[in-house]
Amino acid sequence: MNKKNQSEQSSKGHSLWSDAWMRIKKNKMAVASLVILFTIGVLCFVVPMLPIIPDPNSQNLNNTFLSPNKNHWLGTDQSGRDLLARLLYGGQISLLVGIVATTVSVFIGLIYGSIAGYIGGKTDGLMMRIVDILYGLPFLVLVILFSLLISEHAQELTGDLVSRWPNQEVFIKKFINLVPLFIAIGALGWLTMARVARAQVLSLKKQEFVEAAVSLGLSHRRILMRHIMPNMLGPIIVYATLTVPGFVLTEATLSFLGLGVESPNSSWGILLSEGANYMETYPRLLIIPSITFSLTLLALNFLGDGLRDALDPKAAKD
Amino acid sequence: MSHAHLIYLLLAGCALSLVACKGDPPIDSYTSKKILVLGNSTEPQGLDPQIVTGVIESNIIRALFEGLCVEHPSKQGVHLPGAAEAWHSNDDFTEWTFQLRKNGQWSDGSPLTAQDFLFSYQRILHPEFGAEYASMLYYIQGAESYNKGATKDFSTVGVSAPDPYTLKIKLKASIPFLPDLTKHYTWYPIPKHIILKHGTIDQRNTPWTEPEHIVSNGPFVLKDWRLNDYIYAEKNPNYWDKDTVKLRGIRFLPISNQYTEARMFFNQQLHATYGLAPEMIEHASNNYQKYLRQETYLGTNFIRFNVTDSTLKDLKVRQALALSIDSKAIITHILKGGQSPAYGMVPPTDDYHTPKAVSFDPIRAKKLLQQAGYGGDKKLRVSLLSTDKEVSKRLSEAYQDMWKKHLGAEVSIEQREWKTYLARMSGLDYQLALGGWIGDYPDPTTFLDMWKTGDGNNRTGWSNKEYETLLAKAEQTKDPSARLRLLEQAETLFLSEMPIIPVYWYTTNYLLHTSVKGWHPLLLNNHPYKFVDLELTKH
Amino acid sequence: MLRTIVSRLLQGIVVVFCLLLITFVLVRLMPGDPFSGEKAHSAHIIEKNKERFHLDKPNSEQFVVYLGLLAQGEMGDSPVKEQPVAKIIRQSFPASLILGIAGMIIAILIGIPAGILSALRKNSYIDYGTMVIAMAGISIPSFVVAPLLAGQIATRIPLLKVAGWGDPFDWVLPAITLGLGTAAYLARITRGGMLEVLNQDYIRTAHAKGVHPAMVVTKHAIRGGIIPAVAYIGPAFAALITGSFIIETIFQVPGMGQHFVNATKDRDYFLLQGVVILFGTLIVFANLAADIVLAMLNPRVRS
Repeated sequence: MNKKNQSEQSSKGHSLWSDAWMRIKKNKMAVASLVILFTIGVLCFVVPMLPIIPDPNSQNLNNTFLSPNKNHWLGTDQSGRDLLARLLYGGQISLLVGIVATTVSVFIGLIYGSIAGYIGGKTDGLMMRIVDILYGLPFLVLVILFSLLISEHAQELTGDLVSRWPNQEVFIKKFINLVPLFIAIGALGWLTMARVARAQVLSLKKQEFVEAAVSLGLSHRRILMRHIMPNMLGPIIVYATLTVPGFVLTEATLSFLGLGVESPNSSWGILLSEGANYMETYPRLLIIPSITFSLTLLALNFLGDGLRDALDPKAAKD
Repeated sequence: MSHAHLIYLLLAGCALSLVACKGDPPIDSYTSKKILVLGNSTEPQGLDPQIVTGVIESNIIRALFEGLCVEHPSKQGVHLPGAAEAWHSNDDFTEWTFQLRKNGQWSDGSPLTAQDFLFSYQRILHPEFGAEYASMLYYIQGAESYNKGATKDFSTVGVSAPDPYTLKIKLKASIPFLPDLTKHYTWYPIPKHIILKHGTIDQRNTPWTEPEHIVSNGPFVLKDWRLNDYIYAEKNPNYWDKDTVKLRGIRFLPISNQYTEARMFFNQQLHATYGLAPEMIEHASNNYQKYLRQETYLGTNFIRFNVTDSTLKDLKVRQALALSIDSKAIITHILKGGQSPAYGMVPPTDDYHTPKAVSFDPIRAKKLLQQAGYGGDKKLRVSLLSTDKEVSKRLSEAYQDMWKKHLGAEVSIEQREWKTYLARMSGLDYQLALGGWIGDYPDPTTFLDMWKTGDGNNRTGWSNKEYETLLAKAEQTKDPSARLRLLEQAETLFLSEMPIIPVYWYTTNYLLHTSVKGWHPLLLNNHPYKFVDLELTKH
Repeated sequence: MLRTIVSRLLQGIVVVFCLLLITFVLVRLMPGDPFSGEKAHSAHIIEKNKERFHLDKPNSEQFVVYLGLLAQGEMGDSPVKEQPVAKIIRQSFPASLILGIAGMIIAILIGIPAGILSALRKNSYIDYGTMVIAMAGISIPSFVVAPLLAGQIATRIPLLKVAGWGDPFDWVLPAITLGLGTAAYLARITRGGMLEVLNQDYIRTAHAKGVHPAMVVTKHAIRGGIIPAVAYIGPAFAALITGSFIIETIFQVPGMGQHFVNATKDRDYFLLQGVVILFGTLIVFANLAADIVLAMLNPRVRS
């Protein structure tokens, strides 16, 4: 009886997704990464809501550079602020910047690249030449400019929102400040996504199911959205997962150059650039944020790589 | 197999030699060659004394050129002969005569005469030339109108050369400190024959400062100028006092990152750093006391108010904000450089008694704010314009915290990069802004003139006719003591209206190698290199 | 082939032109100007200086004047540094070139072997371990790696200095810092390329035929497996040459990377325009070179 059941089971076809899931489970690094990311997510987004975490912006100039003690589990920084609180709240900001900017860039790049790849021909050529040009622009000029232009408008927007919801003032101020960053990084980072999307669309366009849809007389929009894009989901997810750490790294670099998150808020980028200054004197301020930062980024990268290995249809032969 | 073993052995040998080869510290070879290696913050704008405006440039120009008088290496306020061997003035310090030394020459051997000085003053004041710092010479009669193009004839300006080695200067005010002014690079002579070889008197940006063209009258001559890499100046064999000069040369390194600079110093690559980050000050103070220098530096750090702003129009509000700043805490915990809390604008000296206008008084501050109508539900909300420099960040965060703690005020920090910060401040597009001022010469007027109506450095919108009357009166007062009293009155008036919050008076903190001799604390940090020497010492 | 190259070069000129135009306009939109400083200058002096650099004219006129300059082979003067832009770029290019080449060598030496090794031992601890090391470049910011290397490594090895660009030993640490990021991408791309190739039928055939595993790897797999990595090297090299502001300031390298950041911050319009033109040209050539190499390696691509 059992043998018969087993052979029946093994002859059932496996979908791409369940195949992928099985393969990921075999990839120990990817699994470990998922666990790490989940832990960090909880730490940064859930734990700060608990009362045990002090205010990350509350200074005490008499308590600077304290070593870990019962009041400050990771000690204090150069202004007497609790390091653990700054680490967790900072993580919120860094991860948010990474995720939101990725979303923005995926959104723009996906649409742009898909259209270019689908239409093809001269339009495609022109659209991709534009991408080439944008690739050559000095990233920093654009970031500074975007940040400046947008933050001037963000001020007005903050004022409006605060007058409508005065209880949420701190929350609003904190996150409106990030909008220029989201847009600047995301709007400048969509280029590679566009290329990836275009390549995908180009190869899918040639497949038989698309030809079938065309001969059925379906509208282009329907073909693109209902038939092509769902098949691109795999590479898009992979690419998005791999973009997040890149953008988190960009936020860190911008913070180092003084263009990132505004005082007195913290982000991992700020903690790292400030910590680097204390490398010889108070290394704890660098080591702890660095380990957290690197662990998160490594986890994101390994997860992305694992996803790519798992979703690669060519590897289905295993 | 044996091949692999051999390779491993070779690699191991190389690695060992790398680690074992303990060479001498890099700085020792420079010391024994008597070449001074200095960290000099960033690449200079240029080396034309009449175009540049910064301290960085002045550090280099001071080695190449020499003014009428020279700073004494250790005694503040003593004027040593430079290009001039003697000088005197009339009773009310409005007319000065300088005797140039007859053996004064340029580094190419041409004689240095009073004509060179006339030419130099004409160039910096020339309306077409557009010298940024021309105002440093406005004390000279007729200088300002010539510079602004109101008069066309340079002979209306109060400088003349009755003979090739006499320079007469007529001032429009009583200036007892003119010798100090002549030590500033805007008053230095420049070589007329070289400048005219590469362009006209009002032409900027000619290649005359290039190492292959430049000619100067100071203890050193420019030898190498690799952009963003280093500047090397070598001893001038035609300098009139060359026997006093012990150094063979000076290397200036544009090290913009102060942590890199500190690392280079501790790795024995520099003789002196340009500055020192606060936590490095502490580190050095604990571990390398013999290298640390902490010296008074003529300057004030303050917070500007935009007095035209509706919220800040009220004097009580400004006073409340001023009295809630705990300068001592900031100095002890953030700056760590031995600075002094400032109670006024002008740094006090033995002769000048700065009015005590500001102190840390949170109780009175709170009362004042209540009197202004705030308290309970009505919170004071203002914004503070700050730059992206590390120390500015920490200062603004500390101020924000103090105002919250003592006044319940909600202050938002607008951190902008440098040029945006400048543009907004100049355009009065701010409410509060971080600010500072380094003195150009050791007289209170360098800190007081800037608050006159319409002065480009005012940037607060503050204007008071009585203040300007007092300053004008002081200008015409002969008696030095009476003059200072008048200036104190002016400052008292200024501070009573609180267009700024004085926070602290600067010190300069830096690391100096033990092999450097003849380098002493000076208020303006303008060490005359001709008196500096290098001696190999044990580390 | 020649026709494509010429057409690509012509397209390249258009690309650089557009780059210049966009930068030209954008940088003049930012608040501030090259002349503002801590010590304010009188209005009439600022006016004079604006005139000298045509900044008082409308943007379109300024652009035409600038194009005229370029046509004569000039790049104008820097309003901030009082030096010709061409001279500033010329003096900083050698250091950037050396740093870029050294960084690329490090990236290749670390990245490609790491990728090959990981692919061969897929999903083993060697795979994970190697990739962790290879990814160091994109999981730690360079402004942490650089001072770490300077402060902890250079101080312990006598031949290395913490900063400076005097002798070839000074190239080591900056090159490592610079190359680590590219090494990470090369490792990942190589691993992916190798995996794809290793799964191909012709590899299985070679195994089945009894060819020695090492021969299979070196002779057959690597040749195909590193193609994606080679494609990446071209544009990556262009980016490396324009260097990194962070590495240049921490290691005191007199390169070009700092100009991108500083010229923007200083509003040094002409210097920024100059480096953008240079960067754009480099990218066009790098992309073209990479495509040519790709075409030589992979006959199917030649079109």
